[in-house]
Amino acid sequence: MSDFEQAFALALRLLFSFDPALIEIVALSLKVSLSALFLAGLIGLPFGAAVAVTRFPGRGGVIILLNAMMGLPPVVIGLLVYMLLSRAGPLGVLGLLYTPAAMIIAQTILIAPIIAALTWQVVESLEGEYSELFRSMRVPFHRRVPTLLFDARFSLMTVMLAGFGRAVAEVGAVMIVGGNIDHLTRVMTTAIALETAKGDLAQALALGFVLVLIAITVNGAVIVIRQAARRRAYA
Amino acid sequence: MRSHEAAVLPIEARGLRYKAGGRALIGPLDLTISQGGITALMGPNGAGKSLLLRLLHGLIRPTAGTISFSGRAAGDGAPRQALVFQKPVLLRRSVAANISFARSLAGGGEHVDDILAEAGLTAQARQPARLLSGGEQQRLALARAMALRPQLLFLDEPTASLDPPATLLMEDMIAGIAQRGIKIVLVTHDVGQARRLADDIAFMHQGRIVEHGPAGTLIEAAETKEAQAFFAHRLVL
Amino acid sequence: MRIPATFIAALSLFALTAGGAAAQEKSLLVQSTTSTANSGLYDYLLPIFEKKTGIKVNIVAVGTGQAIKNASNCDGDVLLVHARPAEEKFVAEGFGIERRDVMYNDFIIVGPAGDPAGVSGMKDVEAALAKIAAANAPFVSRGDDSGTDKKEKALWKAADVDVKSASGSWYRESGSGMGATLNTAVGMGAYTLSDRATWLSFANKGDFDIVVEGDDDLFNQYGVIRVDPAHCPSVKQAEGAAFMDWLLSPEGQAAIAGFTVGGKQLFFPNARP
Repeated sequence: MSDFEQAFALALRLLFSFDPALIEIVALSLKVSLSALFLAGLIGLPFGAAVAVTRFPGRGGVIILLNAMMGLPPVVIGLLVYMLLSRAGPLGVLGLLYTPAAMIIAQTILIAPIIAALTWQVVESLEGEYSELFRSMRVPFHRRVPTLLFDARFSLMTVMLAGFGRAVAEVGAVMIVGGNIDHLTRVMTTAIALETAKGDLAQALALGFVLVLIAITVNGAVIVIRQAARRRAYA
Repeated sequence: MRSHEAAVLPIEARGLRYKAGGRALIGPLDLTISQGGITALMGPNGAGKSLLLRLLHGLIRPTAGTISFSGRAAGDGAPRQALVFQKPVLLRRSVAANISFARSLAGGGEHVDDILAEAGLTAQARQPARLLSGGEQQRLALARAMALRPQLLFLDEPTASLDPPATLLMEDMIAGIAQRGIKIVLVTHDVGQARRLADDIAFMHQGRIVEHGPAGTLIEAAETKEAQAFFAHRLVL
Repeated sequence: MRIPATFIAALSLFALTAGGAAAQEKSLLVQSTTSTANSGLYDYLLPIFEKKTGIKVNIVAVGTGQAIKNASNCDGDVLLVHARPAEEKFVAEGFGIERRDVMYNDFIIVGPAGDPAGVSGMKDVEAALAKIAAANAPFVSRGDDSGTDKKEKALWKAADVDVKSASGSWYRESGSGMGATLNTAVGMGAYTLSDRATWLSFANKGDFDIVVEGDDDLFNQYGVIRVDPAHCPSVKQAEGAAFMDWLLSPEGQAAIAGFTVGGKQLFFPNARP
């Protein structure tokens, strides 16, 4: 099989020729997944932290639900969002189906539970460390959540990376709600699925390499930022 | 300059009991602290010193009994108070950010730089708090407690794990705070430290106060055999 | 990590408007079968149409069954599929305005070079399928209710083979699109039914080749339908009509005929004026 070599060569050629079609797809992938990550963080970080610091009836159920939702297949979420956004669905009037906005919504729903569940774990362990201090300092509840989130920020960067990884790698949800429309909703993963369907395995694998490269770049960037921030001030 | 004493004194505990896991750990205990300055809580390990300190600070609820400050029950109208743990819990932030966090809770007060200067931590202001030495960490914890602008300060064996020079620096800080009219209740098992710092000593044994009096009197001429044994041999069998 | 408020505002705005950009220009959405998309037909046709009219055509390529379902949910303006009975039902139920023939090609059976069932060169597709069944030779089915799948099931029925009871043994339903099913068939050395266009443009052929072709029963007619605005008020009537009219016009028909892969014509226009 020369598919591997062919794919490598193709990936390199695609990358270094700055293929405009590839750039368009990569840019949309990043735009969709980063937007979803931002929105999911906005929901998941405070929610996970709030679950970690509060005790209420049914809390165990919420935690089980969050953990279970981490394993939801993207296709199921895609289907759910499709039924919501379809013209025949309750939110059909918005006309969002087959747009990047629909993809952002689907991926947000996909990764918000992941970010919330992992945030809960990170913040709960930090809260164990801080709880007596908080009580002795009489820190009010509305200050506890932001304080814990801020002090756990380096661990939470890893949490956000996990969310980003899941979003940028999934194909099931964006395929259904985006439709893999050329120049409109085609992203890395749906392009890979399409090339595979065409039997052009080398092209598909080459796009896969590019996706891996993006993941490495993003992860590397976060690690560098994290270390620089740690060195600089810790504040 | 005994400005805060009216809000704090007398500190009174009446019929105080604390049970955990079916065991009576504190009480029945009665205590009245009507003097300013530094009160040392002393006694052998397991006597309940740290527990009493936590009860007084409201970190744990008593099983029975009442605590009051200046005649008002703890909870409503309690004086501003702070506590420094034996092992400092520092926020994962810079030294200065630890202070400004407490300062924001108190709603203002002394400048961060001035507070750090008093603790001798000016040079370390931008460093991560958790990378400080043990002595610096404990001074930061004390400075952070002071940023809460307390009228009453609880210290739980603040020098237990420090070397002699670091201990002396802490003691200087503590003495300086007391001079500003802030009432201090200090748990210690270091007789030398009690001699250097304490105005009065409340001696505990098996969850009760067995003797309470001026520091010099207790150390030199205690009346109860438990206190006598502690100060003579530092061991109660 | 103190994020400035302006940065947050900008990002939120960006997230919320991400979908709006394309809505400004004139466009329409076609729910289409995968065979037309995977073969590259649209990549060839659409630039011609877009240049002429300035209307951007967005293609969602799914199986015929799903395409019809999506269109009946009003998630599309034009339907281009290949399963005549289902298309007529779509119109009869009031989802579509009119169904028109647009082009045809044919189905083929492809298989491994070894040809374990010995069907290579046969002209009678039902006989060939019966022979495959008799030999228990592996056969991969789409199994996804697509146009090709419907066609294949009808052929088995005509050959009087009960594939349901064989499902999981020699008869294997992949439940996926044409391309994925071809990948599966090549992977397991199984026969499968494909439309000729997808097969010709398929790049992962391995040692596979066409074994059965040319039977009249393998005729593959594509139809085009406009979604009825009476049923779906959101439908883009003018754009949809413009696209459909162009496809059926002599110019559009000539364009379809002009699309080739490796020198071979893949689709044969047959719109009746």
